[in-house]
Amino acid sequence: MVTAIPATGRALVRLTLAVAALAIALPIQAGSKLLGTGGTSSIEGSAGGGIVPWATIAGYASSDEWSATAGYNRVLVDDFQLTTHSAAVSYDNHYELSLARQQFWIAPLQLSLEQQIIGVKVKVAGDLLYSDLPQLSVGAQFKHQQRFEVPQAVGALRQNGIDWYASVSKVYLDAIWGRNLLTNATVRLTKANQTGLLGFGSSDATQYQAVAELSAALLVRHDVAIGIEFKQKPNQLAFAREDHWKDLFVGWFINRNVSIVAGYVDLGSIAQLDDQTGFYFAIQGAY
Amino acid sequence: MRLIYVCVLVWLVTACTAAAKPSLYQQLGGEVAITKLVDGLLVKIEHDPRIVHHFKDTDIARFRSKLIEQLCHISDGPCQYTGSTMQESHTGFQITAADFDRLVQHLIDVMTELHIPLDAQNELLARLAPMYKDVTYR
Repeated sequence: MVTAIPATGRALVRLTLAVAALAIALPIQAGSKLLGTGGTSSIEGSAGGGIVPWATIAGYASSDEWSATAGYNRVLVDDFQLTTHSAAVSYDNHYELSLARQQFWIAPLQLSLEQQIIGVKVKVAGDLLYSDLPQLSVGAQFKHQQRFEVPQAVGALRQNGIDWYASVSKVYLDAIWGRNLLTNATVRLTKANQTGLLGFGSSDATQYQAVAELSAALLVRHDVAIGIEFKQKPNQLAFAREDHWKDLFVGWFINRNVSIVAGYVDLGSIAQLDDQTGFYFAIQGAY
Repeated sequence: MRLIYVCVLVWLVTACTAAAKPSLYQQLGGEVAITKLVDGLLVKIEHDPRIVHHFKDTDIARFRSKLIEQLCHISDGPCQYTGSTMQESHTGFQITAADFDRLVQHLIDVMTELHIPLDAQNELLARLAPMYKDVTYR
């Protein structure tokens, strides 16, 4: 398993863990937003849950403040592993810029694909906590599959793609059993096959498709959220069926600098390999 | 059979009466807890250089008593709030979203330190959150 992570990856993991340990021991003042209200780093680098970008803006920057986050995510299913290293900066709780590098390890082929994603997100209306109107953000993810040979061989049309999305997020205070409930709904326009890991479009599918992505998380404590996500996916490659993704997760915001997420994921069928279920883990550092 | 119905009915009525939820004021811990809450909040404000400047011309004794009164009133306690409206009392202060966030985080931290149950904390937050629009950027 570990051999799938290159040496530089392992060094980064160690560095991340060391920084996390330091931040837990010596918390530093991040921005002013309430604990957890930036969400966490999703697998595509944008602030959100695990697999869904939310309307939340990364980190703890409130008005006129800056924030930076770094994330490390792992998805481990039967025949695949997805590793994401990401970083994001945000300003004013309105603007988010994120960078992500995804390594997609295909165990049966003993090879990994690599995708880079630049994400931008802008909060345009509402507020996560303080207004009746949910927080509305719009965003884009500029994706580039660096090793296009395999996606091309299975029918993908393009190496690059842009996903456009709009998300609404809202925390309902005192919603269920006296606990706060976060809900998020995202509509994404995409041409991506398996989120771009298998390239973009196909000879039969050259147009954008609209997909829905949903999350709900109950804050059982101020620092612990238990949630569920659903990510609708297009199905464009003739060689294999693509399924919607689902996950269950527990997130713990240890303090304003470190959060960790663990979960169970169901990615369905990927590249003719069915029932890809397994584990999800993520850690985020925030300043 | 009839007796069973009567018994069930009586049980339901008494259960409902017994289960009548205490007021938020009672859940928070009444006057004692609200006073501790406000005093704890004042300490947090005093030690937060990012927001303490908003209080430099404030009559802290009056602020304290009005806030106790307001929290008592908003939690359905036996008090009438006699202070100014939120809009009036914050006009000219230019309270930012960051200032508001910091105060809310302090409030949560103090409630947690006082072991106020989470459901009571969240209910109070739900009642205070709509004040955001009256407090900020005035």
